[in-house]
Formats: sequence, structure tokens, C-alpha cells
Amino acid sequence: MKTTAFLSIHEALGARLVEFAGYKMPVVYSSIKEEHLNIRNNVGVFDVSHMGEFMVSGPHAHDLVQYVTTNDIDRLQPGAAQYSCLPNEQGGIVDDLLVYFIAKDRYLLVVNASNIEKDWNWIVAHNQVGAQIENESDQIAQLAVQGPNAIKVLQKLTRVPLDEIEYYHFTYGPLAGVENVLISATGYTGSGGVELYFPNKYAKQVWEAIFDAGKAFGTEPAGLGARDTLRLEMGFCLYGNDINENTSPLEAGLGWITKLKAPGNKFINKDFFIRQKEAGLKRKLIGFELIDRGIPRHDYRILNHTGSVIGRVTSGTQSPLLNKAIGMGYVDLEHSKTGSEIFIEVRNKALKAIVQKTPFYKQA
Amino acid sequence: MNIPDKLKFTREHEWVRIEGDIAFVGITDYAQGELGDIVYVEIESVGQNLQKDDVFGTVEAVKAVSELFMPISGEVLALNDELETQPETVNSDPYKGGWMIKIKIFDSKELDQLLDADAYKLLIGA
Repeated sequence: MKTTAFLSIHEALGARLVEFAGYKMPVVYSSIKEEHLNIRNNVGVFDVSHMGEFMVSGPHAHDLVQYVTTNDIDRLQPGAAQYSCLPNEQGGIVDDLLVYFIAKDRYLLVVNASNIEKDWNWIVAHNQVGAQIENESDQIAQLAVQGPNAIKVLQKLTRVPLDEIEYYHFTYGPLAGVENVLISATGYTGSGGVELYFPNKYAKQVWEAIFDAGKAFGTEPAGLGARDTLRLEMGFCLYGNDINENTSPLEAGLGWITKLKAPGNKFINKDFFIRQKEAGLKRKLIGFELIDRGIPRHDYRILNHTGSVIGRVTSGTQSPLLNKAIGMGYVDLEHSKTGSEIFIEVRNKALKAIVQKTPFYKQA
Repeated sequence: MNIPDKLKFTREHEWVRIEGDIAFVGITDYAQGELGDIVYVEIESVGQNLQKDDVFGTVEAVKAVSELFMPISGEVLALNDELETQPETVNSDPYKGGWMIKIKIFDSKELDQLLDADAYKLLIGA
């Protein structure tokens, strides 16, 4: 099993460590609920060093990134990032990722830990243009510092004016005594904050500096458990749960990152998605809230009022903030409208649920 | 790890408190810790006569769901209805406020098969 540069810190904090995507990762330190609410109200720190980083460079970098991703990178200025996905050749998704446009001829792709090897092989196999690609996953540490007070804490550690970094933009600068930290105004929580990328050898230095600076703000570590409940309150997709090799980005509500109109955006299997859009979708990923008491879980069946199966739950939990059971799942198109009544099969009972617009959590 | 001497335990991490021919049942401190934040305790077996090892309910945590098993055969007389609104009591006070059901014991001989505190400690490596 792989480890991140923060393992000894997690152990010292008494984290519950589990294997996730081949890495020994903290799932919870104190309580998922507490860690979740601390990020909604305050600031929390995730070790997300398991994420994969590929640096694509050279005169053909643009063409390769444009070809393997569904979003249109021509919309990016240097210093901007975008959410995107790698389409496969069967209408599904190889992975979802972030694309950072660092400079002309230089892009950073950040991919899911569980897919590092698969994505690497996929991108290399489609690199007909001859771009340079480097897998830097094992050298880079990543922390997600998230919550309404994240900027206040980190501003004590850097002279880079953090509140000037717009959402989905980034810069390189000194932070906590480390030069050239990639400071990115991104995250997976819906509570604001930044993600930091830096070499593994500074892991302890950066972690300790953040917690020293964050004392007055009640900064707490947060594990993968809270990361999952936070993203689900936002209706963000998790690869392997809500999207996979057999789900189309259009079905998943990711049409906004699947740019079909831009003529310059030529990507793998684009024609399939154009045809799929024209023909109309047969199913859609929806959010729902349970009305009856119970908790939806991955793979539970979704039923209509006569008890016929109309889909499956892809993610579900009890929302720690809203105190309601929420979930996502694919249903046949006719049941996908907001307000539709559907049923979730929980231990042989059909529990009533209502289709809801995501995010479930709307920032105050 | 809190493992009270006066209680009996099962391999499924339930505890049993015996009061004459009545028993109270809940889950152990270890079990609540493994499950994490408990958000729902579902018990629909009140009034039923159940055998040892039958499922009497389900406990839902944020990340996991787990079935609850009868430590002994008996009639489920009552449930702890405070857990309806405050399931987190199972986390904070598993042996007292977090009790789940009250049973009328059918066969006191079955009690001999339960673990005592020392045997339970050994089971969980505490």
C-alpha cells in the first residue's frame, strides 16, 4: 500500500486509516459530522496527496490536452483551471480531472488516485501529437484547506494576496517558507478555500505552519469521510460512484464541461456525444431527498410508484448540515424532473423520495 | 475503551444488561466507535418474539449500515424512543442512554453463552 508524506502526522493524530485507491488514508480523525461542520463553518485541512498529477508540456501540449478532455481549454487564460473529463471511446468516462493552464505549452492535469495508472496509459496511448508527459504523482503533496476561514489562516503564511485569486484560478508563490507552492482557489466542498501543491519533502513544514497559523480559527484536520459528505451536499460527482466508464458526461449533468459547439475543441468520441445530445438522453443523474426515514446507499434500487426499477442510487448519506437523507442516482428520463416522486428500496421497503436540484447545500 | 464488568456481551458487539427475566440490549463502545456518527436507529420488532441471532433492527451511521442481532431469544417489549430524535446518544452514552431494546427473556440458559467483560475484551483486543 502506498502512503502520503503526511502518514506519520495522521498516525500521531489518531486518525482512522483505511486503504483508499491503494493509499493508506485518514477516513476520520474525530467524527465525520464534526469535521464536516467545521469546514462549513470554519476551516479544515485534508491530505489529498493521493491525487495524481501529470505535467503535459512542449509545443504539442495544447493539442494533446484538448484532444483527451471534453472541456474547451481554449477558454482558459494562463493562471486559470477548469473541471473536465477524459471521455472513453464507448461514450463513458475514463476519469474526471482538473486542468491547470500554467503557461503556453504547459498544463497540469490532476486526476483521481484510483485512476492514476489507467489515465496515464490512456493519455500516453492517445498522445499521437508527441507532447511531453511526466507523472509527478509520487513527488507532489497536496493539501485542501477548505472553509470560510481558510483564506484568513493561509494569508498569515504568504505575501501572495489570496483573496485576489478568483475561483478556479491559481498562482505560484511562497507559502510557509516554501517557494513556488501552487495555490489554487479550488476544492471539492462548496465552502471555499484553496488547494496547495508542493514537493513531498515540505509536507511536515507546511502542515505545522497551517495548524500554528490556524489555532485561533479552530483549524482541524478532516478525513475522506467528511470529504465525501461535503461533496455530496454539493451534488459533486465522485468517480467510481456517480460516474464511470459506462456513464456519459451528458447523463451525469456534466454537459457544461462537454463543449460540443466549439469547432476548435476536437476530442475523443465527440461525435458520439453530439449524436447522443441530438437523440435525447434516456437517463439522467439526479439528486434526491428522502421523505421517509432511512439512508440511501450506493447501488440501492430506485423504484417508481408501482415498484418497477427505474434506476440505481450512486451515492447517498445523511447530510450532516441539513440533517436529511440525500443521494444521487440515475433514473429514466421521465422520472428525472425536479419534484418527481420516486422510491428508494432500503431493506425491502420502498421509501418515498423527491427529486431535487443540486446543490443540496446552498451557501449562505 | 469502556467495557463495564456488570454487562454481558456478544460476538456481534451487543451488550446485555440482565434484570431478573428482563434484559436491556444495546451496542458496545467498540461498536459505536467502529460505526462512527450514528444517524438512525431503526427498530420495528417491538411486540415480536424473536430467536437468538435474529435481526431486531438496523443502525445507520454516516458511512456504514449494520444489522442488530438478538443476543438471546425473547419478546421485544419496548424500544428506546429517545433514539428516534437523538440517535447520537448511542455514540456518546452506549451503555446507558443508548440502550436500544428491552426484552422478556425466554430461556435463561441462553445467558450462559454470552461473553463476560474479560472474554469480550479478548475478542476486540482491548
